[in-house]
Amino acid sequence: MSAVTQVLRSEWTKIRSVRSTVWTLGTAVVITVALGVLLCLLAKSDFGSLAAKDQIVFDPTNASFAGMGLGQLAMIVFGVLVVSNEYSTGMIRTSLAAVPQRGTFLACKVAVATALVCVVGMATSFAAFFAGQAVLGGHRAHLDDPNVLRAVIGGGLYMTLIALFSMGVATMLRSPLLSLGILMPFFFLISSILGNVPATRKIGRYLPDQAGQKIMQVVPRVNDHVTYGPWGGLAIMVGWVLAALLGGFVLLKRRDA
Amino acid sequence: MIELDGLTKRYGEKLAVDHLSFTVRPGIVTGFLGPNGAGKSTTMRMVLDLDNPTAGTVRIDGKHYRQLKDPLRYVGALLDAQAVHGGRSAYNHLLCLAQSNGIPRRRVGEVLDTVGLSTVATQRSKGFSLGMGQRLGIAAALLGDPEILMFDEPVNGLDPEGIHWIRTVMRNLAHRGRTVFVSSHLMSEMALTADHLVVIGQGRLLADTSMADFIHQNSRSYVRMRSPEQERLRDMLHGAGIRAVAAGDGSLEIDGVPATRLGELAARHQLVLHELSPQQASLEEAFMRLTAESVEYHAHDGEPPAARSAVPAVAAAAGGPGPGAPQGGGWGADWQRKGS
Repeated sequence: MSAVTQVLRSEWTKIRSVRSTVWTLGTAVVITVALGVLLCLLAKSDFGSLAAKDQIVFDPTNASFAGMGLGQLAMIVFGVLVVSNEYSTGMIRTSLAAVPQRGTFLACKVAVATALVCVVGMATSFAAFFAGQAVLGGHRAHLDDPNVLRAVIGGGLYMTLIALFSMGVATMLRSPLLSLGILMPFFFLISSILGNVPATRKIGRYLPDQAGQKIMQVVPRVNDHVTYGPWGGLAIMVGWVLAALLGGFVLLKRRDA
Repeated sequence: MIELDGLTKRYGEKLAVDHLSFTVRPGIVTGFLGPNGAGKSTTMRMVLDLDNPTAGTVRIDGKHYRQLKDPLRYVGALLDAQAVHGGRSAYNHLLCLAQSNGIPRRRVGEVLDTVGLSTVATQRSKGFSLGMGQRLGIAAALLGDPEILMFDEPVNGLDPEGIHWIRTVMRNLAHRGRTVFVSSHLMSEMALTADHLVVIGQGRLLADTSMADFIHQNSRSYVRMRSPEQERLRDMLHGAGIRAVAAGDGSLEIDGVPATRLGELAARHQLVLHELSPQQASLEEAFMRLTAESVEYHAHDGEPPAARSAVPAVAAAAGGPGPGAPQGGGWGADWQRKGS
């Protein structure tokens, strides 16, 4: 058995043997789907009172992803805890003594966590979509409508990437409190403020979540002058993720454990 | 076999480990002794490639730690027993370590049996007592059935039964030809477990000797004298060319002069003595003297003045010798005070 397979197995055992995995991922699913359904219910009951131009740009697919803004926070917690648990418990020394190849260690940890998050993220995205559309009734979108499948798969990818980004940041910062203290308010508040205030909108658009969320839109927003398309936005987010992971890797490699 | 060659670790201005070179040999328990902060844990972390040395190398059976395939099969280490994820069961903790090094799953059950944790294997380690945590740490170290075992302060905070158990484990491992490297800040602990002794102080190697030799060389005997007329006692000894060291409790300690001669001397000077007692220094004191000497060496020999000035400050903070004491302080004053 190769070293990489061994470490992958080991990391899988680590992930499945702590309760925080179930709690954080479970919370992400429930919040995302439930809030999506709630918003779709509201949208359906209010649809008649909307102005005509608002009715035209109503994006039923995106409406069912309304819970993702909050659900992603649970994904962030998962990503942060997967990495920083090692540091907060001191387990990192035991882990690195067992796997002194730090690149292998980090890659396997991130790979296992990503695989799990990707499965959960996709399931969440599809569940949110179908549940939301079921509620919307006559205003619903269908999976085979143009760009809808892309948006739903994109929702799963978005959740995966947000967790991956958190893993990278947590690898750099090590402390769970510090990592959460920076990531949670950033993605919950600061990013959307930066993206909506005219003065900072141009920069805000290139933040990982703002860029990444583009893929979940089927109907373009009014006054949306972004220079990138849905996949371009996702690519920007991937860039952020790679930068965070690279930073984490470089620091892990150099630092004393 | 662990070989350290010129191993050095610098944190900013402070040299935590200073050109350490020694070899840990198989088949014996090598005690790694030094006061708190001497650099023992840092050294052990560098052996495991957790901390990067500023200079020097560590070789394990001739290889760098990072070059070992499945390192847990070569080196088992207990650095900090509390360093486990409390939410993970003992079994899963060991399982993830075993898997990372291709160690078969049944081995997890075996080591849990060895350390007596089988009945709590599925419980989360959060609820473990200190002793149980230590047992789990030992189980992790034994997991790969390694030739080399390294324990950092394994008996810290344990109850007598736990201490006894760990001593027995270490002795048994050494009898089976394993290399056992164990650190402690307690000489008394080492005297009971170690065959060989490596002593460091302030990151420097102070002694690398067999336990038997160390005991032989360091069993210091001296005479303690106490008088209501302390000044006269001092003058008398000084006049006779005898060096005395003030102990913290007001008595004087004299090396290398038999009690009979000191008694006769006092009688000739008609000096009232409240105490005249031959003393045998414990190994604990010998160890403290050894580390104290390292500080004095720093202070007086060949160091630039800037480096010197720091040490008397330590002596003063530690209480230092009383005025007129014939010998300068450093930790020397400290150990004598504690030893009395």
